[in-house]
Amino acid sequence: MATAAHAHDEHGHEHDHHDHKPNFVNRWLFSTNHKDIGTLYIGFSLIAALVGIFLSLLMRIELQEPGMQIFADGQMWNAYVSAHGLIMVFFVIMPALIGGFGNWFVPLMIGAPDMAFPRMNNISFWLLVPAFLLLGASLFIGGGAGAGWTIYPPLSDDTYQTGPAMDLALFGLHLAGASSILGAANFITTIFNMRAPGMTLHKMPLFVWSMLVTAFLLLLAVPVLAGAITMLITDRNFGTAFFDPAGGGDPVLFQHLFWFFGHPEVYIMILPAFGIVSHVVSTFSRKPIFGYLGMAYAMVAIGVVGFIVWAHHMFQSGIDVDTRAYFMAATMVIAVPTGIKIFSWIATMWGGSMKFDTPMLFAIGFIFLFTVGGVTGVVLANAGLTQILHNTYYVVAHFHYVLSLGAVFGIYCGIYYWMGKMSGRQYPEILGKIHFWLTFVGVNLTFFPMHFLGNQGMPRRYPDYPDAFAGWNLVASVGSYISVAAFLMFFYVLFVTFTRGAKAAANPWGEGATTLEWQVSSPPPFHSFDELPRIR
Amino acid sequence: MRHVIGAIRGMTGRLSGLVERAFLAAAVAMLAAPALAQEAMIGAPQPWGMGLQASGGPIKDAISSFNSLVFWIIVAITIFVAILLAYVMWRFRAAANPNPSRTSHNTMLEIAWTVVPVLILVVIAIPSFRLIYYQDRTVEADITVNVQGRQWYWHYGYPEHGNFTFDSYPVQDSDLAAGQMRNLEVDNPLVIPVGANVRILTTGQDVIHSFFVPSLGVQRYSIPGRTLETWMRADRPGTFYGQCNQICGVNHWFMPIVVRAVPQAEFDAWAAEARTRFAQGLAPASLAAAPGAPAAATQMNVAEVRR
Repeated sequence: MATAAHAHDEHGHEHDHHDHKPNFVNRWLFSTNHKDIGTLYIGFSLIAALVGIFLSLLMRIELQEPGMQIFADGQMWNAYVSAHGLIMVFFVIMPALIGGFGNWFVPLMIGAPDMAFPRMNNISFWLLVPAFLLLGASLFIGGGAGAGWTIYPPLSDDTYQTGPAMDLALFGLHLAGASSILGAANFITTIFNMRAPGMTLHKMPLFVWSMLVTAFLLLLAVPVLAGAITMLITDRNFGTAFFDPAGGGDPVLFQHLFWFFGHPEVYIMILPAFGIVSHVVSTFSRKPIFGYLGMAYAMVAIGVVGFIVWAHHMFQSGIDVDTRAYFMAATMVIAVPTGIKIFSWIATMWGGSMKFDTPMLFAIGFIFLFTVGGVTGVVLANAGLTQILHNTYYVVAHFHYVLSLGAVFGIYCGIYYWMGKMSGRQYPEILGKIHFWLTFVGVNLTFFPMHFLGNQGMPRRYPDYPDAFAGWNLVASVGSYISVAAFLMFFYVLFVTFTRGAKAAANPWGEGATTLEWQVSSPPPFHSFDELPRIR
Repeated sequence: MRHVIGAIRGMTGRLSGLVERAFLAAAVAMLAAPALAQEAMIGAPQPWGMGLQASGGPIKDAISSFNSLVFWIIVAITIFVAILLAYVMWRFRAAANPNPSRTSHNTMLEIAWTVVPVLILVVIAIPSFRLIYYQDRTVEADITVNVQGRQWYWHYGYPEHGNFTFDSYPVQDSDLAAGQMRNLEVDNPLVIPVGANVRILTTGQDVIHSFFVPSLGVQRYSIPGRTLETWMRADRPGTFYGQCNQICGVNHWFMPIVVRAVPQAEFDAWAAEARTRFAQGLAPASLAAAPGAPAAATQMNVAEVRR
């Protein structure tokens, strides 16, 4: 007790000058402040991205030319491919968009003092760290967990993935899932109960809408994954046969459970990016969002329909042709609300007074590339075409256009847009623009040729391929080296920002930025609102 | 490295080939190669190919023609969005339009961009439904073939031709004959008669694999504990290549599929010979050199022990 009091006295002086922040351990390890937890999430995501992108770099080096180059065998390759997918989904995109920007800006935008459950918020984050370590460890144990990110049994069974690597990965997924469920409950409670007086649901900023829909998707989808991987764990370790036909189980059941989670998951990754892009487009066009209600309910519609399309991932798994017809039709329906969003963003710019700062470049890049990824999604919705496109590089191209170019552009967009708000320092504009163009060229060069490879029938998850595929693979590899260079350059941009960045004003973007986070200082005080703002 | 050089050399001749027809031309060019002179058609990927593979049968024809429809629709949509974006970026840049409007609603416009996409989807959906019902299964099968994916080779059976079965192992790089393609050749191809409706029944033994032959427009998973039905037909004699298309372990990338379509008489002769040859359990000579065998055997033993 005495020691604690002494320590408190010692740092008391600092406190007066630093907005009464707690000491380092209390602030960053036992954190209950939504802004600090948001910062932790974003930092975590950047570190995980280093790992995930390094894995993809190794994969592109391997695929640069036919033959085996740097991977020992197919199992090692499969383990790396699986880890790349799982890391990017669970430890890069979700933490950045949901844990990072969600924690930072949902309370600020709705005028709440913090999240509803600050301690639960803390454990949401700290569950991710062991989850990431477990998944990372699986790469180094035995042959790794090489069953793809979809972990279909029987390949993920203990007969075919021997040793503890797959179990570690599954436990890692469990922890990441628990983290997501806790976070989702927190967001829903916060958004429903802690809006400032006058902030009705229909006045809520679109980013908050996107987080609300995302949180519901998480809350309903992730427990299904948890159930599926629990059954997989007991199949592996305790002799059950949920997915083993020899014991009366069914491998296709796992696919249904996985994709009942997995399809909403892809919307979980893209919806927050929709929200960010809406704000950025409005800010830099100096115009209010066009069709606000349509935009909000388009996201709700995407979320709802997203739950009833899962078996379009299973057109080759022997589901009945009438079932295929249904899932095909339902999948195409999603193109409608997505189209509403694309056209509403363009209409927001229409008649505006547009400035092309880095966040706006990423937002416009997002809109165009998401359109490309969206229309190839319409192609893949057709079960008749997936007969020869399923599991080919066409699918790889499609989902990297909506995720690697969609969601990741959304993350960059958010970081540049809110950099001044979060850190108190503006990024260097020229470097930001160079970073955008380098990324834009790199990712397109990487992923566009994959459409051609897929059309020609190159299957996914191949470390070596017939020589006819060599040409476009070389182009894709060169593109990936440019993308990796762009990613490393982003760290330089961060370094320059933190060391030499200009002090950011409360609102560096001018009259276009209307949401509440621009009303507080940059960075916001440790306790954002001394009294609750009133929304007229 | 020689592959890369070869690929670059291939590119120079193919830069203009943006249209799908170019691949037909390329296929014709390949026929000129002496080693392949007897084959009527090669269904395989082409260097720097961009579109779908050439068609060897009616299902793939139907896929190709529907794919062309969808392709031009999505190209039109993408160009439309790109032009809109470019126009607003130029017309409404801050220098050209310093005073932004406050417009945030236009009911007619919002209805239009909801209804028009629905209509486009209907245009896509109608032929799409027709296609999946056509692909699903054949009413009148001329022959039936059992297909089983195994780690890491294919196992084929002909229940209506004396119920013989055989294994189809990949050919190692060192055993490739001149003109053969790396990672695509097998010792015993699946043989079918030209023009016959072939009912395919897939099932699995160890893990899930996927029977995938792009140039015939056919693909189905082979899943342990399940039997799935689909069909294919080759309308011209030829050799049609495919690869396992569902991650299945360490040699997922090395379990190619070869379907050889031959005239009916030739097929009958082959089936008669295969019936006796495979019934006696005599492996073809090349099987001894097949690489997957020891690994596969070990894997099967593991599975046995576990049961």
